[in-house]
Amino acid sequence: MKKLLFSVCFVSSLLLSCSSSDNSESNNNNTKGYDRTAMLTNWADNIIIPAYENYSSKVNTLSQRTAAFTASPDASTLASLRTEWQNAYTAYQYVAMYDFGKAAELYLKQSANTYPTDVTGIQANIASGTYNLNLQAQFTKQGFPAVDYLINGQGTDSETISFFANANASAYLTTVVNQLKTIAETVTADWKTNFRSQYIQNNGTSVTSSVNKTTNNFIKNLEKDVRTAKMGIPAGLFSNGTTFPDKVEAYYKNDVSKVLLNAGMQAEVDFFNGKAFNGTSTGASLKSALDDVKVVRNNQNLSDIINNQFNLVFAANNTLSDSFSQQIVNDNAKMLAAYSALQQNVVYIKVDMMQALNMTIDYVDGDGD
Amino acid sequence: MHDKIKAYLNSYTDSASLAFYRIAFGFMMLLGLIRFALNGWIDKFYIQPSFHFTYYGFSWVKPIGMYTYGIFILSALSAIGIIAGYRYRTSSLTFFLTFTYIELMDKTTYLNHYYFTSIIAFILIFIPAGAYFSVDSFKNPEKRFTKIPRWTVDILKLTLAIVYLYAGLAKLNSDWLVNAMPLKIWLTGHAGLPIVGSLMLKSWVHYFFSWFGTLYDLGIVFLLIYKRTRLLGFAFVVAFHLLTSLLFPIGMFPYIMIISSLIFFSSGFHKKCLSMLAVTLCIPLSKSEGDTFYKPKNKNLYKGSILLVTVFMLVQLVFPFRYLCYPEELFWTEEGFRFSWRVMLMEKAGYAQFVVSDAESGKSLLVDNEEFLTRFQEKQMSFQPDFILEYAHFLRDHYRAKGFAHPEVRVQCYVALNGRLSQPYIDPAVNLADEKESFAHKKWILPFNENIRGF
Repeated sequence: MKKLLFSVCFVSSLLLSCSSSDNSESNNNNTKGYDRTAMLTNWADNIIIPAYENYSSKVNTLSQRTAAFTASPDASTLASLRTEWQNAYTAYQYVAMYDFGKAAELYLKQSANTYPTDVTGIQANIASGTYNLNLQAQFTKQGFPAVDYLINGQGTDSETISFFANANASAYLTTVVNQLKTIAETVTADWKTNFRSQYIQNNGTSVTSSVNKTTNNFIKNLEKDVRTAKMGIPAGLFSNGTTFPDKVEAYYKNDVSKVLLNAGMQAEVDFFNGKAFNGTSTGASLKSALDDVKVVRNNQNLSDIINNQFNLVFAANNTLSDSFSQQIVNDNAKMLAAYSALQQNVVYIKVDMMQALNMTIDYVDGDGD
Repeated sequence: MHDKIKAYLNSYTDSASLAFYRIAFGFMMLLGLIRFALNGWIDKFYIQPSFHFTYYGFSWVKPIGMYTYGIFILSALSAIGIIAGYRYRTSSLTFFLTFTYIELMDKTTYLNHYYFTSIIAFILIFIPAGAYFSVDSFKNPEKRFTKIPRWTVDILKLTLAIVYLYAGLAKLNSDWLVNAMPLKIWLTGHAGLPIVGSLMLKSWVHYFFSWFGTLYDLGIVFLLIYKRTRLLGFAFVVAFHLLTSLLFPIGMFPYIMIISSLIFFSSGFHKKCLSMLAVTLCIPLSKSEGDTFYKPKNKNLYKGSILLVTVFMLVQLVFPFRYLCYPEELFWTEEGFRFSWRVMLMEKAGYAQFVVSDAESGKSLLVDNEEFLTRFQEKQMSFQPDFILEYAHFLRDHYRAKGFAHPEVRVQCYVALNGRLSQPYIDPAVNLADEKESFAHKKWILPFNENIRGF
């Protein structure tokens, strides 16, 4: 009897002492794929930081083109400004989902891509010549959508060039691009200096752990920024049937909504599969985590179910016109079909993947029983 | 038979047992309430949300704005009253009412251990736990009794026995025992732990935890009842509950159960604990000497309360089996799931996209749940039919006020249960605006198409 009691106490204290020291040291355990440290390292070094470097460099080029254009506004400097705007906007799609750390602190997402842009507000800012883009009320008057209005929303090339004859207008363009550049560079620098190690060290399982936070942002981006903002709202799904062809992303350029949507989708797919930003190699990821704990649903890997659905999403997206404004007016049913395809994957990811990986949707921190 | 019952009701035990339990329980409740407040949950769960999910028949129980804090303060004060044994009846009644009111305000936060707390608090009203080592007995020697009827201690043991046994029975199902679900999911989430992390991925570990948990729940009460195995049983209780508290976010529950299981110990043990407490606090254990047997002030009231708690316990025994009255899979429909000791039993998650349309204009819109619900509420709503219906009715009223002539509410809902691929949960064609809440089976829940065998 006493021996039995002793052994029970011994075994249980062993179990307890082993499991109570959560994350006290960086774990080099060989739990393949589900190693959170490996996952975070791959995300930080091969995906997030390279994506930010790329974004930063694209915004930097945009800033140079802006300087060239405002110095000598002509058709050629305007054309290269427009090209770089689109390149930087596309690069942005690959960092939009990492809305935490410095990016959240500086409102990178809100200041870079709040649309539809506030045309009246922009005109008022230009007229007054005084504005503070750091204020939340100014988020609708800056970022890529504001640049879109400034360089693509003024009519013909010559009308655009003459619009910038106004020194205030040209100063506004410069300030807006500078704001993008400052934030992009600060966030990138922060990732490369302090934040990376902090991010990887936070390798636990709590709601505030890096894996949980990043995964939640990945889902939030898919659900809110890609599905709802790029497709659902313009297609009238949230507004009792009233469609909004003018609420599409890059409305003034108008023929790049699909390019930007697909870039946003590709960023999601690559993140899910752990694919390096600069290359084709893959590393520890949500997909490898699912595979390593052998998550099978209906005799199929859940990771395959999700990737197959991503393929269906791209197939549906590719039936759409380059201009979603036109697509919504001409044949909104196709927008709705593309929305549904994506919606199904939101369910697979938010419900099935999260359940399989035992992760919580963020900030639900009440007790369970 | 009748004589035996009479003899049982007239057998006595030391009142130190109830006094011990009163203090231990009151203390855990006070800690629980303080923890709840410090976590900011009063504001987060009861003040901030604009909409609350209510229990059928209790929709009148609602948070009352900033006064909600008052309910918590009153509840904490009555817990202190219970600990001190000060105006014990009033304190225990107030605690039961305030605590139960809090739990009924929003079923989003439903937890089995809150239900357990309400049941214990209810029983405490009727038993003389304030008769010894209490302010009441110190102030008025007539309220002091050293011997109390045995049933008043046994009823607490019985309550605990029901919780464990029923929790054990509920685990006797094919998902839990044959598939090691949902522990397979929950434990793999801990693969990042140092040293034991890799174990958490092992299949045998999932099965070991599942079977051990079942045997623990089914057997622990028997280990605790017999004197010879009691210490071993308690070692199991401590080990089991501490382990669960480390692995799962279950708050105060493990500690409440550990403390509660001490009621199975002898009254000698309880007296020793009280003596130690008395020495620490520099107060006497009792102000007067000699044994006094419990005498109710009002005999008829006493008889009435025995009858009442007997009926109450019978209901406790039967109520968890009410799921047998419903067709379809219990885990899927959750009809009869709550209030039946199904503790940490399944992993369920859902996604609910509501569509509100106006029958007049034929137009429709998708609802953004975050506009009305907190994330916690949305999470709980998306896989529980009664939540879905209540929310649908809220949406109907909301959009009617917004100018929809005849709002119809439908939902595209997907639910994943214990690691099965998510599948449609609610009939997307049914207009939930016209469906009524009742205890009858909800026919608009789509079939599960699988069988989970067992209890």
